[in-house]
Amino acid sequence: MDAFILQVLNGLDKGGAYALIALGLTLVFGTLGVVNFAHGALFMLGAFCAVIVKKVLTLERVELDPTQLTAWGSPVEIRTHYIEEWFGDFGTLLIDFSVPASIFLAIPIMLILGIVMERGLIRHFYKRPHADQILVTFGLAIVIQEIVKAQFGANPIPQATPEMFSGSADIGVLMGFAQNTVVYPWWRIIYLIFAGVILSSVFAFLQFTTFGMVVRAGMADRETVGLLGIDIDRKFTIVFGLAAVVAGVAGVMYTPILAPDYHIGMDFLVLSFVVVVVGGMGSLGGAVAAGFLLGILQSFASMNEVKSLLPGIDQVIIYLIAVVVLLVRPRGLMGRKGVMED
Amino acid sequence: MSNETPTNNSRRNILKGTVAIAAASTMPLIFSNKAFAANYTNEPTGSTVTFGFNVPQTGAYADEGADELRAYKLAVQHINGEGDGGMMNTFSSKALKGNGVNGKKVVYVTGDTQTKSDAARASAKRMIEKDGAVMITGGSSSGVAIAVQGLCQEAGVIFMAGLTHSNDTTGKDKKANGFRHFFNTEMTGAALAPVLKNNYGTDRVAYHLTADYTWGHSQEGSIRKYTESMGWKTAQAVPTPVGAGDFSQYITPVLNSGADVLVLNHYGKDMVNSLTQAIQFGLRDRQVNGKQFEIVVPLYSRLMAAGAGENVKGIFGSTNWHWSLQDAGSKAFVKSFGKAYGFPPSQAAHTTYCQAILYADACQRAGSFKPSAVGAALEGFKFDGLGNGPTEYRAEDHQCFKDVLVVKGKENPSSKFDVLEVVEVTPRAQVEYEASMLGGNLGPYNNG
Repeated sequence: MDAFILQVLNGLDKGGAYALIALGLTLVFGTLGVVNFAHGALFMLGAFCAVIVKKVLTLERVELDPTQLTAWGSPVEIRTHYIEEWFGDFGTLLIDFSVPASIFLAIPIMLILGIVMERGLIRHFYKRPHADQILVTFGLAIVIQEIVKAQFGANPIPQATPEMFSGSADIGVLMGFAQNTVVYPWWRIIYLIFAGVILSSVFAFLQFTTFGMVVRAGMADRETVGLLGIDIDRKFTIVFGLAAVVAGVAGVMYTPILAPDYHIGMDFLVLSFVVVVVGGMGSLGGAVAAGFLLGILQSFASMNEVKSLLPGIDQVIIYLIAVVVLLVRPRGLMGRKGVMED
Repeated sequence: MSNETPTNNSRRNILKGTVAIAAASTMPLIFSNKAFAANYTNEPTGSTVTFGFNVPQTGAYADEGADELRAYKLAVQHINGEGDGGMMNTFSSKALKGNGVNGKKVVYVTGDTQTKSDAARASAKRMIEKDGAVMITGGSSSGVAIAVQGLCQEAGVIFMAGLTHSNDTTGKDKKANGFRHFFNTEMTGAALAPVLKNNYGTDRVAYHLTADYTWGHSQEGSIRKYTESMGWKTAQAVPTPVGAGDFSQYITPVLNSGADVLVLNHYGKDMVNSLTQAIQFGLRDRQVNGKQFEIVVPLYSRLMAAGAGENVKGIFGSTNWHWSLQDAGSKAFVKSFGKAYGFPPSQAAHTTYCQAILYADACQRAGSFKPSAVGAALEGFKFDGLGNGPTEYRAEDHQCFKDVLVVKGKENPSSKFDVLEVVEVTPRAQVEYEASMLGGNLGPYNNG
């Protein structure tokens, strides 16, 4: 039972990341009709916002100590963080909380990046075939990856969780298990809650605001909304920016779980596309439901008991489920008629 | 008849044409292979000899590849008599005089393995066929090393392996044209197990997470062999996909498995991620079977350990070489590399530098670049002064035998390069094994 609970938690956590990326993909596809293969790169750029903030906060004053030499004969460098020099304990606290603090940088950066990406490149491909859109966005993703690699190197750059969240929570005790039977890292619990809050906020924004209502109307019938005198293109540009922000903050908060490198977005992109297809192209609810479902199934498929019956199942389960779902429900779990069927 | 004549002519013409095209298309290859004069593939005829450095320049091990390339460039400088000479000054063989090899200046070409076997073979093939490389060296993966070694055997050039740790490279997949300076998982097991025994005792239950490819399986096999023989039990050994990223679903079953040691048979990015996540799950804070839970990372790389940050503190593993060693060779190499690049070299840089120097030295001693002659010069070659103490290139499997370093993540690092500390230098005699133990057959040399 304890293993079952832990795998459900793992699945929800993984599913949270899939759902956040898939939600943005679906938003872009549902509004602009663009299959955006650069969406994973936005997740990666968000993660690198955390890296940049950490780098800025840990900028150092370097002094050479000529009395001590390195093994290769140059003077030893003595490094001190500027921020700790200036602000003392508050500076140390800022460094400690660099990941959550990065969200404040990631939101405007990702919004601007999203809008620039849409206005500068992607809008030129609205009327082009999906194959062209895939090629150009995939190419863009590779360009972004290579720029990040040239700047930050190829190795993962770990980001620490704030000290107070670095341990594990003994959640099993709350459920009546013995101590230390069901423990789960605090940061993963926080990520799960964070994913829930972001997903709910996006849905509430689309459901309960006038802007959201117009966007939903535009998703259903873009032409009619345009005939009503609403500049739906501008609204959809903002939606693209919103999708970029969602992917970006998801990337920021994921960095203590998975050390970011230039390829992290691509690793998530393929799985997120499967999530979108299983959930149903253009269906926001479907994307979220499929994200969590596939996350949980992937976790269960990795259990030793399952793998001993079906070796290698953990590596193919998501694709297997995608095949089954598409055979039984060709439009995905909650797909709408007419989407990508013209 | 009048109808047949044109047909016959036509057929004859077609045959003539076919022969002419075949001959014409073959001629350039003949010339490019220098087959008229050459006794072996890419025999150098001018004033230079070309080495092929096949390293990961893109992909997950690009940083390690960049360090290998830095070391190769330094080795070429030193062989050609430029720079401070580095370990050429401490190397026991004095055949090289700092004027190139066999009177020829060394030049080099590079290829990008991308840490993919097919890409690595393609870049090695290009360097042999188009650039005239007489030797291929480098790499940061056993899968790649085995693939490129096979290609070099077919092409008739020497392969001086880079960072490859699987037993198979000089075991079941060994080739006459292939040579490895780096140690292997068998040596890691033999060196690490006694240290684990001294620190953690003989009554332990281990849980292995293993990268699902040749190196991972080799590593797991060796560690299990040596830890089980000293009394440890293995609760479970679980293969994990390479590049899984999030290992949480593989780590959670460890929590209540009854194991009190987690062995991470992961390298590179996978090691950084799995170790970080295992620590996030509080494994090192647990008490299991009345003992403190421990994590072991059998193969360390300083570059990767730096990536894992504070998580490596106190964790045991092994390494081929470390820049903090105080022998004359290591000090000379660190000084030379540090002066050139501003930081100390990694074990990948060290092994590739050694391979370039060892190859050049063997060619000089053989008086030829012919693979069989160079191989004969390397087989059974005993040397010192290259940072690992007295070392031998064993003739039977083309594996270097030398002392092995057992290291531990440093508790109080003095700099970002100072992440590992050497806890034991395991003598060569303790890690040596019969060549026949790992199977395989070298076969004959191929000179092309």
